[in-house]
Amino acid sequence: MATRVSIGDDTSFAVVGRAKQKNWIGRKWAFITEWPILPISMISLLIVMALLADTPLYGGVTGFDPVRPVLGDRLYGPGSFQNERDTTRAIEKAEKNGTAIPDRPRHWLGADQFGRDVLTRLMKGAQISLLILLIATSVGMIFGTTYGLAAGYFGGYADEILMRALDVYFSIPYILLALVAVIVFGQSVVIMMGLLALLAWPPFVRNVRAEVLSLKERDYVSAARATGASDIWIMWKHIVPNVINTVIVIATLRVGQLILAEAILSFLGAGVPPPTPTWGAMVAEGRDYVEAGWWISFFPGIMIFLLVMSLNFIGDWFRDKFDPRLRNL
Amino acid sequence: MYKFLLRRLVFSIFTLIGATVIVFTLSRVMGDPRLLYAQEGGYGMTQEQYDHMGETLGLNHPLLVQYFLWVGDVVQGDLGQSLLARNDVTDLILQKAPNTLRLGLVSWTLATIIGIPLGVMSAVKRGSLWDYIGRTFALFGQALPVFWIGIMAILFFSVKLDWLPAGQRGEGFGQIKHFILPSMTLALAAAASYLRLTRSAMLEILDSEYIKLARAKGVGTQMVIWKHAFKNALIPPLTLSALLLVGFITGTVVVETVFTWPGLGRLAVTSTTQNDFPVMTGVVLMFALMYVVINLLTDLTYALVDPRIRIG
Repeated sequence: MATRVSIGDDTSFAVVGRAKQKNWIGRKWAFITEWPILPISMISLLIVMALLADTPLYGGVTGFDPVRPVLGDRLYGPGSFQNERDTTRAIEKAEKNGTAIPDRPRHWLGADQFGRDVLTRLMKGAQISLLILLIATSVGMIFGTTYGLAAGYFGGYADEILMRALDVYFSIPYILLALVAVIVFGQSVVIMMGLLALLAWPPFVRNVRAEVLSLKERDYVSAARATGASDIWIMWKHIVPNVINTVIVIATLRVGQLILAEAILSFLGAGVPPPTPTWGAMVAEGRDYVEAGWWISFFPGIMIFLLVMSLNFIGDWFRDKFDPRLRNL
Repeated sequence: MYKFLLRRLVFSIFTLIGATVIVFTLSRVMGDPRLLYAQEGGYGMTQEQYDHMGETLGLNHPLLVQYFLWVGDVVQGDLGQSLLARNDVTDLILQKAPNTLRLGLVSWTLATIIGIPLGVMSAVKRGSLWDYIGRTFALFGQALPVFWIGIMAILFFSVKLDWLPAGQRGEGFGQIKHFILPSMTLALAAAASYLRLTRSAMLEILDSEYIKLARAKGVGTQMVIWKHAFKNALIPPLTLSALLLVGFITGTVVVETVFTWPGLGRLAVTSTTQNDFPVMTGVVLMFALMYVVINLLTDLTYALVDPRIRIG
């Protein structure tokens, strides 16, 4: 994409070179402009938040518990201090035990309708979301890749049956399938992972299959077959290494969708059971209190947005770097 | 073309059969359907009554026969009775479906008239302010959760500014006001994906040889954009529109919950939370049917727009 004919403005047919060929920042720091630094730091921040979520109360990061209701702090706005009574009580307790007197904790992002600190809940939620996403994406990735590999490699009837099965699977509205599954099996973290894995796999199938269809016709595959290599061996040694880039790119682009899906399911009450906080459930809980406390819904939504956006950026970057053919994804 | 359409038609029938199998399996995984009506041995039910109930529900047949009995009922439009309201599920669905369809169509139109022109604009004036507006819009539309947008829209336009109603639908002309918030919320994400796709398709085509030729032989800018480029760039968004309409199924479930819209999506959620299984299966089947119909229509338009499919 070194040159592009621009059309429609006054300089039609001017050949416009790539804007910045030279890196203004110098060679040593070039990665700042080449890497998606902001999204990467956002994700890192999130991981740090998730890791810090379990530090002990008082003297911990926020000084609050993510699930224990504090009725004195109900609907406290962002930036407000913990209520008088609980503070004095904490100080008295510290004096009695002879421990250091704690600072008066502050609800930086407000407290919800049960007086639970929004920031603390966001941190705990990050922990749970990351765990669920990691497992769901991995399971979906492995299953989808294997499925696509089988369909593309064996071809013929196997391909037809597998692809038609995929189409049938697509015809069931996912969200309703998820709701029914939650009624049947009940709410739990494991079910949530399974449901997200169910959502994660289809794009892997389509793209991997398309790649395999052309890869299996290559000379080195025929050569391997001529020397007597088994199907499994050919797939593992000659085809999988060639599709791995595609798989990684799709995985990063897919995680964002999974986050949104998780949030939607939690919002509809089919997510991880309360009081465990997840971002989607937090938005849902705040719905009835938008008037009295907008911050309950607002901040989790912003977090979802930032996370999804960061993942999209990183996915785009991966794609441009490893597999530009996937542009239309 | 007929061969292509026939193939798609046969395939849609298979899809529907697959959907019924999945729904039926789910309904049987739930356990004995009688337990939905009464607890085991509960409510003073004798064993004979319990057995009789099984007989009327057809539980004494083998599973395969049960499936065909159930499909037979479904084909005749009998989806059973709601456990709570005790009225026919079919009536319930027919009563709610128009609301959802209306909301979906309005949103789809909105998404199309916002997304496609903005996409063309941001491709043609690449790197300009329009492009930045378009790309920012796409970014937000894709990364913001739908329900969050809905809640924030209620907070601003209904609670703070008091311009638009947040919930129930009104009568007559007043209905328009009630459509604005839900349909805009639903349309936002769809418009964003339209925009992204139209933009990339337009960019690719504007870069192609025949556009250069058209420009070289002196065709006007507007003509090149709308006649030569746009018509060809329309194919990817067209395929997307089917996906979008299907995406609206998810979308309506969420948006209808946020805005308490009396449609199928809300029916699905309430029936789930109330464990009303017959209603739930009915709605799932209804959505699957919609999906199949939408896909058939897309294939039809696709064949009309793209001659390569019509002939091949």
